[in-house]
Amino acid sequence: MRSVLSSRWAGLLLLAVVIALLPLALKNNFQFDIAVRIGFNAIVVIGLNLLIGYAGQISLGHAGFLGLAAYFSAITVTRYGWPPLVSLLAAAALVGLLAFIIARPVLRLKGHYLAMATLGLGIIISIVLNQEAGLTGGPDGMAVDAFTIGSFKLVKAREWYWLVGALLWLAVWLSLNLIDSPVGRALRAVHGSEVAAEVVGVDTTRYKVMVFVISAVFASVVGSLQAHYVAFISPQQAGFFQSVEWVIMVVLGGMASTYGAVIGAAILTALPQVLTALEDYEHMIFGLIMMLVMILLPKGIVPSLGALLRRVSSKAEGGK
Amino acid sequence: MLGEFLQYLFSGLTSGAIYALVGLGFALIYNASHVINFAQGEFVMLGGMGTVFIAAAGVPLPLAGLLAVLMATVVGFALEKLAVEQTRNASVVTLIIITIGASIFVRGGAQVAFDKQFHTLPSFSGDTPINILGATVTPQSLWVLGITVVIVLLLQYFFTRTLLGKAILATSHNPMAARLVGINVNAILLMSFGLSAALGAVAGILITPITSTNYEVGIMLGLKGFCAAILGGLGSGFGAIAGGVILGVAEALGAGYISSEYKDVIAFVIILAALFFMPSGLFGKRGTDRV
Repeated sequence: MRSVLSSRWAGLLLLAVVIALLPLALKNNFQFDIAVRIGFNAIVVIGLNLLIGYAGQISLGHAGFLGLAAYFSAITVTRYGWPPLVSLLAAAALVGLLAFIIARPVLRLKGHYLAMATLGLGIIISIVLNQEAGLTGGPDGMAVDAFTIGSFKLVKAREWYWLVGALLWLAVWLSLNLIDSPVGRALRAVHGSEVAAEVVGVDTTRYKVMVFVISAVFASVVGSLQAHYVAFISPQQAGFFQSVEWVIMVVLGGMASTYGAVIGAAILTALPQVLTALEDYEHMIFGLIMMLVMILLPKGIVPSLGALLRRVSSKAEGGK
Repeated sequence: MLGEFLQYLFSGLTSGAIYALVGLGFALIYNASHVINFAQGEFVMLGGMGTVFIAAAGVPLPLAGLLAVLMATVVGFALEKLAVEQTRNASVVTLIIITIGASIFVRGGAQVAFDKQFHTLPSFSGDTPINILGATVTPQSLWVLGITVVIVLLLQYFFTRTLLGKAILATSHNPMAARLVGINVNAILLMSFGLSAALGAVAGILITPITSTNYEVGIMLGLKGFCAAILGGLGSGFGAIAGGVILGVAEALGAGYISSEYKDVIAFVIILAALFFMPSGLFGKRGTDRV
């Protein structure tokens, strides 16, 4: 009980405090905007971390799910006047269903073959969004109406901050709960050795499919919200590089670490904003940082720092 | 009718040959190191862009091409030495991200060193089309096909007849055993990266007169090459060539008869269909899991 209190609730409390106090440090709209974008990415990455970090299944196509939901919301709200919340839920249900249908054949694949299949799915979705210009506006993208709940209209980054902050906290809570449940243990068994897990009676396919659907729904909810927040969508948001970026966030923060996912998202969302000052050299430096971090901290930032802290504290105890 | 079909077939074979060369690069590196090198497409870009800019500096075209291939090879060496070799025992995902980082780095570098414009090269031997049974084939297409065949034959010879080639094969089968019989595994890894970079660069030069090139051209070509390697079955050289040709021809036929807008989709639909029914590709080894 104590350990549950100290680890899970202390972390959640700390996260709540950080989310509540951060606005005091944010000076202008631009900084609020970055905070909101970090929140969006973090939610997707938390979902993806369940799939990659815990179930050990890579996906290079999750931006496709985000794109589908974003366009579904954009089209139904802007063209047909659906209430945004209804669109969001309908999109999540549809994307979840789609993920459920494709999960079985896709997750039968392993390693690089799985990477290729998810990558292919993502690219197919983004090309369709590009080509069906009558529906989606094609490569030029389309404008999206603001998010409303009843008569309340969310426009400013400051207002969005609280919604995204609350959702982020909820996502972390869900993820931690899931990991601590029998499902989480089953997932870790799948990651360790799928065959061994099956031998001891874990229905590996069912759990893999479940996490795949959960992570797709996370991406879908963010897709709908982000479309309203940015007020504009283009097929680029559903592109290959968005998917890759999220996988990088998972690995950078530390696989199988929910807070690592948040930290990875924060760093990689903020970094390009800092690097724009370098103009032409932006991409070179970005690529270089990615390589260096992966070479120096192959397990990701949070687990590596955790290991370092443990070493330091055990040394301190040994010295006493 | 036949002419139309042949027309699509030739254009498919041409791009298929390019995919095959890029796919071979993937297979080479995968065999030696079990790394999927997502920077493979950047070697293609370096070949094309490098030749354009070296030639623009006044160097004769053949020499410029050679220098560009050398440049890509050096980048391949550097990638292996400075990044991949530093990460022993890293997970597959970590390695994938390192090569993606490398590709972003190289692309960013090309954007600075070259520019963001589209460039093209003159065809190797004029632009007078050749008429074959009602289909018109450009001489450059024949160059692409011819050089690809020559390269494949050379590689075949290299891997079956030379000591170095056999050492690479041995390393890919079992690095530990290869080391025990005195093969310098690190040198072999370096070789594989250099060789596959050179292959990519040659593909880049060959295709530039047909499709033109710019700093971002490596993204799609790299992905298609990955498709070819996966379709054929990872690690199988013959598979990568067959995968590339099948992909190129299917794409061209699909673009001709179904929809040219969805040309790029066709490759990925084929690969998905193939993977759903043959999870290890067409010629891949069917593995069993070890617990």
